[in-house]
Amino acid sequence: MSEFILQILNGLDKGSAYALIALGLTLIFGTLGVVNFAHGALFMIGAFCSVTLSRILNASYETVDPTQKDFLGNPLKVKSSYMESWFGPEVGGAITDWSVPLAILFSIPIMIIVGIAMERGLIKHFYKRPHADQILVTFGLAIILQELVRGFYGANPIQTPAPEALSSVAQLGGSLGLDIVYPAWRMVYFFFSLAVIGGVFAFLRYTTFGMVVRAGMADRETVGLMGINIDRRFTVMFAIAAVVAGWAGVMYAPINAPNYHMGMDFLVLSFVVVVVGGMGSLPGAVAAGFLLGILESFASWERFKIFDGLDQIIIYLVAIIILLTRPRGLMGKKGVMED
Amino acid sequence: MLGLKKKDFNLLMVVVALSLFAPLILNIFPKESAFAFFNGGYPDLMQRFAIFGIFAIGFNILFGLTGYLSFGHAAFLGVGSYAAVWMFKLLGYNVLPGLILSVVVAGLLSVVIGFVSLRRSGIYFSILTLAFAQMMYSIAYSDLFGRWLGITLTNGETGLQVYNNDPQILMGANSSTVPHIFGLEMSSRLTLPVGPWEFVFPVGYYFCAIFLVISFYLSIRIFRSPFGLMLRAVKSNNQRMTYTGLNPRPYTLAAFIISGMYAGLAGGLLASMDPLAGAERMYWTESGAVVIMTVLGGVGTLIGPVLGAGTIKYMENIISKMNEKLLHEWFSFLPESLEKAMVWCASWFTGEGWHMTQGVVFMLVIIFLPGGLVEGSEKLTKRRKGKSADDAATKQPAE
Repeated sequence: MSEFILQILNGLDKGSAYALIALGLTLIFGTLGVVNFAHGALFMIGAFCSVTLSRILNASYETVDPTQKDFLGNPLKVKSSYMESWFGPEVGGAITDWSVPLAILFSIPIMIIVGIAMERGLIKHFYKRPHADQILVTFGLAIILQELVRGFYGANPIQTPAPEALSSVAQLGGSLGLDIVYPAWRMVYFFFSLAVIGGVFAFLRYTTFGMVVRAGMADRETVGLMGINIDRRFTVMFAIAAVVAGWAGVMYAPINAPNYHMGMDFLVLSFVVVVVGGMGSLPGAVAAGFLLGILESFASWERFKIFDGLDQIIIYLVAIIILLTRPRGLMGKKGVMED
Repeated sequence: MLGLKKKDFNLLMVVVALSLFAPLILNIFPKESAFAFFNGGYPDLMQRFAIFGIFAIGFNILFGLTGYLSFGHAAFLGVGSYAAVWMFKLLGYNVLPGLILSVVVAGLLSVVIGFVSLRRSGIYFSILTLAFAQMMYSIAYSDLFGRWLGITLTNGETGLQVYNNDPQILMGANSSTVPHIFGLEMSSRLTLPVGPWEFVFPVGYYFCAIFLVISFYLSIRIFRSPFGLMLRAVKSNNQRMTYTGLNPRPYTLAAFIISGMYAGLAGGLLASMDPLAGAERMYWTESGAVVIMTVLGGVGTLIGPVLGAGTIKYMENIISKMNEKLLHEWFSFLPESLEKAMVWCASWFTGEGWHMTQGVVFMLVIIFLPGGLVEGSEKLTKRRKGKSADDAATKQPAE
C-alpha cells in the first residue's frame, strides 16, 4: 500500500510540471489561437531565473586576512558574501539559502517582460497565418532562446539547491500506519503547483477580467463588437501564461538541475499532455498533466513492469491510443479547434 | 523528354548539372587563397548536400503538396540508417541490399505511423507524428525492442556499428571492408589539381547524386501527375474534396508513405557513407531541421527543398567551423577594442553558436519570406521586370 502511494507521489512532481506548462499552453491556444512551440523555452527561462538569483545572492568579494596564512605561507584570502556582510550572518545566510523561493518573486517581472515582448513583438503578427507558420516561427524562437541561455550559462546543468529546511526527506503517513519517505521539496512543488492552478482558475472564474477573457475565448468577435479591447486582455493572458510556465521552471530547478535544453525536452511531452487533455480545455490540460505524470511513474514501478523501459514510451502510447479512440482528447469540446 | 514538359526538363537538367559539377562549383576558391575556407567541395559535405536534398524532396511531397506538417520525419531517416547498417552486419559491405532494406523498412513504418496519424489533421497531425517520432527515438535510444527480444537491435546510446565478428555472409575473402557498390568503394576519390585549385571527385558523392537526380525526377513526375493534383486538392480544400465524392485519406497516406521512403533512402545513404547509425538522428529537432530546409528553399516548389538543404548544410558546416582564432584573424584589421567587440558579437553566431544562426535565419525566412528562397528570387525578377516595363512605359513619348 505504501509503495502504491509512493508511486503516485513520484508521479506528482513531474505531473505538476506537465500540468503547469500545459495550462499555459492551453491558455495561449484558447485565447490567441496560437500554437506556441516556444513555451518550453519559457519554462527553461524560469528555471534559469532561479539560477541567476541564487548566483546574485551568492555573490561574494575577497578580502585578505593577514592574521591567517594558507598552506603556502601567503596571507589567506577570505571569501565573504555580500548578503552576509550586509544583513549579518543569520539573515544573510537565510536569504541565500532561500534563493529558489525568492526567485518566484524575482521571476515575475522577467517573465512578464519576456511574455509581453514575445506576444507584441512576434506572435501578434501570426494570428492570421496558418498554424504551420505559427509552429515554425515559435520553433525558431525556441532555438534562439535556448542558444542565448547556453551562451550565458554554458552547456552543463547547474545545481540549484532548495532551502535546507525543505531539502530533507519527509516521513509521511505515519498516523495511517504507512511508511513513506519522500523528498520534501517535491511535496512543496506539488502544493505550489496546485496553488498556482487554483489561482489561475479562480482568476478566470471570479474576476471581471477573467469573465471577459472567457467570453473572448468563446466568441472573440462578439466581445470585440461590444467595444471591449480583447487584444489587450489576451496579451495579459499571454503574460500570465508565461509567468505560470516560468514559475513551473523556477520551482523545478532544485528537482532537476537546469540545463539549456530542458525546455525542448518538456515541450514535446507538454504538447502531448495538451492534446490528451483536449485542445482548449483548461481542466483537461491539468488533469491530463497529473494523469500522465502518475502513469509514467507507475510504468517504471518494478511490479508493473511489463517490459523494460515502458516508462519512456508510455506517455506516447497512451496519447496515441486516446487520440484514436477519443479524437478530441479527454475533455475536449465539440467544435473547439477541430483541425 | 522523359515525359516532362520543357520547363520541367530544364529544371531537371539544372539539377543534373549542379550535381555533376558540384565539386567544381563548390571549390571555386584556390586552395591556398584566403577564401579557401569557404570552399564546400569536400566529400563529407557534398554527400550531405545530396542526402539531405533527397530527404527534403521527400518531405516536400508531403508538406508541400498536401499541407500536412509532419514533425516526425527524422524517425524514418533513423530507421533507414539502422536497416542499412544491419545489412552491412549480416550480408557484407555492398550498399545495395542495405539501401533496398532501408527504403522498405521506412516504407513499412510510414504505413503504420501514417495510417494512425492521418486520422487527424492540422496541429493534431503534427503532434501525433511528433509523438510517434519521439517514441521511436526512445525505443532506439534504450534499445527497447532489442531488450524485449533479447538481442542487440540498435545498440542504444553507443550506436549501431559493424564489428569484426559479424556474420557478413556475402563477404568474400578479399572484398573491401568499407561500404562499396560492386567493388567501387564509397570513400575512394579522384583528386585533380589544376593550377592553384584542387578538385576532389568522390565516388560516394556521385553515388548519392545519382539518387538525388532520380528522386528529383520522380518528384517532378509526382508533382505533375493526376495524383499530385489530388494531393493539391487535399491542401486547398479537404472538405470540398470529400463532397465531390473522393476520399482524401488514401491519397494523403500514399504521399506520407512516399515521403517516408525518401527519408528511409536518405538514412540508408547516410549509413552507406559512414557505416554508423545512432539514435540522435531521430531526435525531434532533426525533424525540425528538415522542415527548416524545406521552408527555407520554398514549400511546394520543385527545386526549393534541394536549395534549402544545400544552404542549410553549407551554413552548418562552414559556420560551425569558424572558431575564435579565425575570427580574431579576420577582424585583426580593426583597432583592438573594436576587434574584441566584433569577435564577441560574431562568436554568438559562429562555431558552437551555429544553432543560433539557424534559428535567426529560420525566423527571418518565416516572417518575411514564407515562400522561401524560390519565392524570393521570383519576387526579385518580377520587380526587375516590372521596373523595366515601367521604364518602357515612361519612355513612350507623350502625345
